[in-house]
Amino acid sequence: MARPPSRRPGVNRRAQYGLFASYVITIACAVVGLLLVVISAADPAGFAVLRAGAATFTSPIASTLKSMVRGFGTIDEQIVAYIDAGSQNADLRRQVETNRVKLIEAEAVAQENVRLKKLLGIAQESQDRVAIARMISSSSSISRRLARINAGSNAGVAPGMPVRAPEGLVGRVLIVGPSSADLLLLTDSQNIVPVRRAKDNIGAICSGRDDGTLEIKPLSAGANPFHPGDILVTTGTGGIYRPNIPVAIVVALREGYAIGVPLASPARVETVMVERAYDANIPAPVARSTAPGEASSGTAQ
Amino acid sequence: MDGTPILTVLLASALPTLLPLVAQAPTLPPFGLLLFVGWRLLHHEIWPLWMAAPLGAFDDVMSGNPLGTAIFLWSVINLAIEMVDTRLFWRDYWHDWLIALGAAAAFLFGGLVFARLSGSSAPVALILPQILWSALLYPLIVRVVARTDRWRMMA
Repeated sequence: MARPPSRRPGVNRRAQYGLFASYVITIACAVVGLLLVVISAADPAGFAVLRAGAATFTSPIASTLKSMVRGFGTIDEQIVAYIDAGSQNADLRRQVETNRVKLIEAEAVAQENVRLKKLLGIAQESQDRVAIARMISSSSSISRRLARINAGSNAGVAPGMPVRAPEGLVGRVLIVGPSSADLLLLTDSQNIVPVRRAKDNIGAICSGRDDGTLEIKPLSAGANPFHPGDILVTTGTGGIYRPNIPVAIVVALREGYAIGVPLASPARVETVMVERAYDANIPAPVARSTAPGEASSGTAQ
Repeated sequence: MDGTPILTVLLASALPTLLPLVAQAPTLPPFGLLLFVGWRLLHHEIWPLWMAAPLGAFDDVMSGNPLGTAIFLWSVINLAIEMVDTRLFWRDYWHDWLIALGAAAAFLFGGLVFARLSGSSAPVALILPQILWSALLYPLIVRVVARTDRWRMMA
């Protein structure tokens, strides 16, 4: 392509000023943009209302599209499952037998737990579900890991609430609009969750690596205590997440930390539950609204 | 018909939030920027220079980047393309492709730097696939832009 006629206006003084002005305006816009970035970095929730407002228009479309393509994401797994059906069936039968026994034992333990907690006077709500929502889209073109669900402040969702799927923790609510909310996924590097190994109490800090995996740093110094296959659950430390929500499974070891993958893979999870933020020192508002001054569960931790 | 280019850029910016895709890592290329660069390289006087700022603001709101990221980066990219245009005696298809690749790389890298400033610790390797997709997708974008432009001129 030949060189296009330049914006340069030649000797026309008026046009020269116009061109100069457009450069000045563009540079001014760039500077304003830079300032906005600094403000956004200092106060990440500052411009949330803009994003939430835009989500009001985009989320119905994304929601409709999602309902059309449901199941497509797991098509490869379904094919493999079909091929393995016979041997898998036998395996699963054996597992069901063993799990049934464990389930009965677990039920007994749970009942005993309830009884002991009552004795101790701990009254932490276990059923503190706020809303059930569907994951409809995500920030698939940027390096932050955000996902959008189709429930918002109308359903009682508020920033900071933990979000989980039946399989495990998904993330926490970041920005809330009237009928949609943005989640900070577990795999984002800004989402830090205190965890412990399920079978013993080795504590660790779990943070995202922005690529779908998690970095699990043990709290104790020395040799890496984790092994591939270890299951990690939340500790409940620091509020937000209730204790004992499954978080991740360790898949690889590195120098000083372990790599895990979330048990509830955001790409595969369809329905998620938004729960009330866990805090042992603040009584859940629903059950105890009759006695606001009484901090009855203050002894929980 | 004058609004068609702007509409296509806005639609491309909104595409990642409209698609029912929950990505584990940054997978989609910056559609909005590629369309913006495509139009700019096809018609150098299609927009005033400052048009990058409002279009970038819309892209920020849609993509989930901190507000200001695309306002700043798109403005800078637009100015840089303007500079390149005054230097180059002529541009062919591969020049356009290199310019678009540079723009996409600059935008993604800038977005990563801004994300890191606000506390993220995403590695640089994370954006390499996106840069690759952008480079591979740009020829298609050029055709979409040209087709839309022809439709716009005929209508």
